[in-house]
Amino acid sequence: MSKYILRHDEANCISCQACEVHCKTNKDLGPGPSPCKILSFGPNDVDGQPRMRFIFMPCFHCEDPWCVRACPTGAMQQREKDGIVFVQSSLCIGCKSCIAACPWGVPQWDPATRKVVKCDYCKDRVDVGLQPACVTKCVTGCLSFGVANEVPDPRRERYARQLLAEPLPGRKEES
Amino acid sequence: MSSTMAPNVLGTSALGRRTVYSMCGMCSVRCPIEVTVEDGRVAWLQGNPHDKAIGMSLCAKGSAGLAFEYDDERPQTPLIRKGPRGAGQWRRASWDEALDYIADKLKETIEEFGGRGIALSDRYGPFIDLTKTFVQALGSPNYFNHDASCGGNVHNAARSLFGFSHLGLINDLKNAKHLVLYGRNIVESLMVKEAKAFMAAVANGMRVTYIDPRASITACKATRYWQVRPNSDYALNLAIIHEVVKQEAYDKDFVASFVSGMDYLRKAVKDTTPEWQESHTGVPAGQLRDFVKEIAADRPRVIFHPGWMTARHKQSFYVSRTSLILNALMGNIEVPGGCLLAKTPEYYGRKSLKRLTDRVPKVNEPRVDGAGTDRPQWDPAIGMLHQVFAAMETGKPYGIGAYFAYRHDPLTGMPDPDATERALDKLNLLVSIDVRYSETGWFSDVILPESTYLERANILCQMNGPVPVFGMRDQVITPRFDSRPAWWIFREILRRMGKKEALDFETIEELWNYQLEGTGVTVAEMREEGIVSLADAPMLTPRENLKFPTPSGKIEIESDTLKKAGLPSLAPYESKTAPTGDRFHLLFARPATLAHGQSLNNPLLNEIAPKQELWMHPDRAKPLGIADGDEVEINGGGSYSGLLKAKVTRWIHPEVVFMLHGYGATVPLATRALGRGVADQRLQHGRLYEFDPAGGSCAMTETIVQIKRRANGGARQ
Repeated sequence: MSKYILRHDEANCISCQACEVHCKTNKDLGPGPSPCKILSFGPNDVDGQPRMRFIFMPCFHCEDPWCVRACPTGAMQQREKDGIVFVQSSLCIGCKSCIAACPWGVPQWDPATRKVVKCDYCKDRVDVGLQPACVTKCVTGCLSFGVANEVPDPRRERYARQLLAEPLPGRKEES
Repeated sequence: MSSTMAPNVLGTSALGRRTVYSMCGMCSVRCPIEVTVEDGRVAWLQGNPHDKAIGMSLCAKGSAGLAFEYDDERPQTPLIRKGPRGAGQWRRASWDEALDYIADKLKETIEEFGGRGIALSDRYGPFIDLTKTFVQALGSPNYFNHDASCGGNVHNAARSLFGFSHLGLINDLKNAKHLVLYGRNIVESLMVKEAKAFMAAVANGMRVTYIDPRASITACKATRYWQVRPNSDYALNLAIIHEVVKQEAYDKDFVASFVSGMDYLRKAVKDTTPEWQESHTGVPAGQLRDFVKEIAADRPRVIFHPGWMTARHKQSFYVSRTSLILNALMGNIEVPGGCLLAKTPEYYGRKSLKRLTDRVPKVNEPRVDGAGTDRPQWDPAIGMLHQVFAAMETGKPYGIGAYFAYRHDPLTGMPDPDATERALDKLNLLVSIDVRYSETGWFSDVILPESTYLERANILCQMNGPVPVFGMRDQVITPRFDSRPAWWIFREILRRMGKKEALDFETIEELWNYQLEGTGVTVAEMREEGIVSLADAPMLTPRENLKFPTPSGKIEIESDTLKKAGLPSLAPYESKTAPTGDRFHLLFARPATLAHGQSLNNPLLNEIAPKQELWMHPDRAKPLGIADGDEVEINGGGSYSGLLKAKVTRWIHPEVVFMLHGYGATVPLATRALGRGVADQRLQHGRLYEFDPAGGSCAMTETIVQIKRRANGGARQ
């Protein structure tokens, strides 16, 4: 697997779909392909309150990516240094084998170039020390990116903060 | 330089890589942005990291500014109408020809009605010094913002209590313990900074009570959701105040020093018990009492949001007014975690931007809508737009012959566009100045293409707040088409009208230098980071120094202005009858991806815009034979009807249906938006002149629609 983690903190997500557009503008894509996608479900009843579920779907950058195996031209590749799976556009012939092979529906067909595009963690940005477009411009900061274990897990911190915000029973809260 | 040459900022077509600080223009929030330009082309947009409250964040619309800029489906030259209004027959015109045409028509209008027969509306915000100057220079008092269909009720409610508009109070979400929202859908009707601060506060344990007949995504982030009956929120507030008074849960010291009219308040809420409101709102009395206990423990760090889009029903003014009163009762004014007072530069010993309106004589004519005169409860600074349409139709109190819609689209924003068109059709001149083809533009006599927010510079703006700032929208690139910035357009019209002195600037820098006179801030400093803060850190006014710009200097629960208008300061609640059978109240909202009607033609936003659905409750859908996913017909009583898929869910109150706004556009040249979805404003049939008399804004959520399952409604076409 890639050495990176692109984390989606669902509790802090508002499904505004900004990440989808941030991604597309970095790759100069028109309508059609969506290298990342927010999928929303609900509202559902959770203890009497309305709650929605938001699932963020970029590429998982698999250890042994089926898209790479399926590609007949070597356009779909995995970087040795960090495991990022990407398409080298000049080699892509638009045969769509990778689209068929990926179990998650990640590679996207771009009608403008008649080739495939996919989430490559914005390696152009990562290579110059920036964050992927979706993470950089996320409205709430619910997306985070980095070398796994070096990125703090927002869930732990939030849980602790929320515990502290709840007044203890029978104790006057200090302000 | 030819008078009609585009006034470009130097360097906008330079080769190489540049960073420009500016302001987004994809909705009227106007977020600060950082733009990367490569060889004269915009390569990247992100939030301006020099403004810590936004960082690099942008919403989907903001990012789609790139797609907007490089899309050709927008007015590319001035256009003058050839055929009947709305028929879409145009001829291209040079700027000279279009501006001369406008000036000739304006002269005719002035001859017939005087200068006051000219009106203009815009979408408000920090740049109105320009539009007000233009209108005033022509001798008219009739500047309007868009608040007849937005924040008029909350604006005027705040004015009647505090002496300033609701924009004078800034919610300190970061330090709040409890936020109460009346359909203020923070995470969908997005202001990036507010949504960011809200989600951070929720993560820190801030409680949120969300009140709305429909569970929006904001409801899904709240700790408590009250699914109230439509348009019943005033009853809820009267009961909350009843209980706050009864439980003595208010800040007695603050109230004693800074609030007048407590006896009036006690009387008004004497009988509005939690049990009383239950039949009106559906909120169980016990839950309301628990809520009051909670806020009593958390005050003063409790904020009642007085509303943003409040053009809802005929007592919306009193909803906002009671929410603001609750803030005062919490004693949260100018307290961390409460409502902080917006400060001017003068508060910090600095100087405000010099106003352009100071360059033109004051106009003493009464406003056509009576704001500030016959209707003292309406702020003459913003007006009430529906009344200018009434005057176009009736000629009363006086006639209106010319109307400028500047980046404003009342045919999408106001109820019942057919009625609005009937009024507009009486005009001698209708001009749309816009960056896109709006519904109003298509009905106009002249379309003047304004340069996009990336292609133009605006006048500087001043935003008052805990720390006041000056902001800049700089020109990033040269215009792609034959468009012009607004300041230039207004200047050129005024020159032709012999009012040259009002905006007599050759370049935007010259204009900026005028604005910055005496402020100690330079254009070069403004360009460095796009914003200049006028204080290092926010200061709170010590409590003993608090004073409000009302006649008594206090927060006035009983208002003289309202008394003069013949209106109660707190009206008795008007109970609502529940629509039955196939009849429902129609609610609307917008998704995070769209800004009203202006986004749907954007290639990237069109792609991700949600499909419109009609939310309805299963208990009401079933008797009508409607199942989830069925196609239903929706009708507002006029000739217009629409087809939508039903989303049958119990997360909407049985008395209402809900759909998204911003769809159903008709301009043929905006091909992606054309015909997509249903226009809710066309379902608001006969409602152009239905408004809240106290606040002035339209009563849009009182709209009744009829729903029926379409014959073979489940079938796919």
